[in-house]
Amino acid sequence: MSELTLERGLAAFRAEIDAPIAAFFSSCVHCGICAQSCPFYLETGDPKYTPILKLEPLRLVWEGEFTLWGRIKRTLGLQQKVTDEMLAEWEELLYDSCSMCGRCSLVCPVGNDLAYMIRKSREGMVQAGHAPEGLIAASVRAIQTGSPMGLQWKTLAVQIKHVEDSTSLTVPVDKTGVDYLVLLSSMEIINFPEYLEAITKIFDHAGVTWTLSTQCFEATNAGIQIGNKDIAAQLVERVVAAAEKLKVPNVISPECGHAYTAIRWEGPNLIGRPYPFRVFHIIEVLDTLRASGRLQTEGMESDRLSLHDPCNLARKSGVIQQQRNLMALVADNFVDLKEHGKFQWCCGAGGGVSSNERAEPLKLAAFKRKKAQIEEVAPERMVTMCATCRTQLEEGMEEFNMNIPVVGLTEMIADHLVEKEARS
Amino acid sequence: MSGSMAFLLWIKGPMFNIALAIFAIGLFARFAEIFLLGRKPNYAEPRAGEWLPGFKTMFTRSIADPGTFQRASFNVVVGWVWHLGFLIALLLFVPHVELMKGLFGIVWPALPNPVVDLITAITLIALVATLVHRLTHPVKQRISTFDDYLVWTVVFLVVLTGYLAYHRLVNPYPIALGMHILMAEIFLIILPFTKLTHIFTAFIARWYNGAAFGRKGVAS
Repeated sequence: MSELTLERGLAAFRAEIDAPIAAFFSSCVHCGICAQSCPFYLETGDPKYTPILKLEPLRLVWEGEFTLWGRIKRTLGLQQKVTDEMLAEWEELLYDSCSMCGRCSLVCPVGNDLAYMIRKSREGMVQAGHAPEGLIAASVRAIQTGSPMGLQWKTLAVQIKHVEDSTSLTVPVDKTGVDYLVLLSSMEIINFPEYLEAITKIFDHAGVTWTLSTQCFEATNAGIQIGNKDIAAQLVERVVAAAEKLKVPNVISPECGHAYTAIRWEGPNLIGRPYPFRVFHIIEVLDTLRASGRLQTEGMESDRLSLHDPCNLARKSGVIQQQRNLMALVADNFVDLKEHGKFQWCCGAGGGVSSNERAEPLKLAAFKRKKAQIEEVAPERMVTMCATCRTQLEEGMEEFNMNIPVVGLTEMIADHLVEKEARS
Repeated sequence: MSGSMAFLLWIKGPMFNIALAIFAIGLFARFAEIFLLGRKPNYAEPRAGEWLPGFKTMFTRSIADPGTFQRASFNVVVGWVWHLGFLIALLLFVPHVELMKGLFGIVWPALPNPVVDLITAITLIALVATLVHRLTHPVKQRISTFDDYLVWTVVFLVVLTGYLAYHRLVNPYPIALGMHILMAEIFLIILPFTKLTHIFTAFIARWYNGAAFGRKGVAS
């Protein structure tokens, strides 16, 4: 890659400015309400984490080059310029202290979609050479190995073997013409192997035909987190190629929030064409199976359970009711967190924060908002459907000595399936 | 003709036209700056259309969600009070209704003067409260710019000069009225070049927001 410079960064900012961006910056009245929706501001109390302030570099480029008054000011030498030093200072604001959870986009009184603007700002930051090391490394690994964690098929193959041994079922690999291509996330493969076992059982139970692909098993997209369209598009193309080769009509994104928004909403725009298949989050698929009577469950969880909605799944993708329908199937002592669904609070780890080691203290600070929410309803266990959220919840609660285990919803459903022999 | 009367006539005549011209050209330029940028085509399969959710958000975003209301109640309440007060004074004060009638030929009922008077006083107090908040709240302190203070000053002076003129607190009266109209004209002149554009563009921003979220199946 040629050298990353301020000029390239500014060009990337320019290229990202569209009608919504211009409408958003034209409308900001500096009311500061976005800060009241940001866990990074609320839990640190530092006003530099006010969401709209994080967008100052992009705003300056817009004002100076895309408005009449800004151009006049620039001619008169009155317009502040975006400098390399400024971008260096803003790196922490645009990456470490923003999980792109989109809560500010939902509360801004003038309607600014701030998460949309952050995503676009990151494109400029990468080109200017101001992206965090942790995210650069994850992106390089994703391109080189197919996984942001450097995980290879042979590791997954070992896990497949374990699943097959413990379930006596076959995990289909590279099968053509099946209903679903199942994608996984590396974090899930490493931290939560029970997910693969769960879907193997559920799909067998429901008679769903599916497959994994040796060509592409990774659903996450480090290119989107860091903010680089070229990397992101390349990663999406791999999924598309695998799905096309296996001729599947549907692709399933795993229990991972950002992987879902990446493949579901950004993917087609990154590659510049619609997909020849449909994309679902595993929770959507499970709820469809439930609605059509293909999930027969028995027994109920009786302890007090609550739910963490991943931002990418709920607020940013509209999957809100599905997980509650599934909870109702297996839990009879379920309590929602007070602000949930589209107004839920981020766990603090999304948007690349968890891949950015430097952001660790901020990630933990932001978690305190979630912690307070959980303490308010005092569940015995938390349920979620995103490997990053789950890891953050587990680590965060351990840090604060909260003895509340976290379980994945898919796995919980799998635990309640009626045994085949019992069905007739 | 006295000097004060000449001032008023100039403010109501040539100056009004100048202000209106700058306002119209500036606002047109701003709309062009926004819409000419366009949006890239979206190839992701939508869950719902864009238009209806976009229009809904244009209105619904005026109401804060309960959590935000709780966390930023001062901001929300004072913001509502002065925006409403400003609109009532602008649209429902007898002389303003007469002005609209003269300009556009449409008439609507006005509120009794003492009511508008009280609302104006409340608006002024609320505006002072927003300034104090801006100067003291750490977030607002950090993000405020010259533009914020300029706009606050102009808005405050528009209301204050109106209040002073109504109560005949400045003499001679043509100067008092002239000052009020002049402030309103300055308001119009700076509108397209400052955050005052939000009067129009906030509805565009809300539409884009509602459309983007609505497309994904989220009511924003």
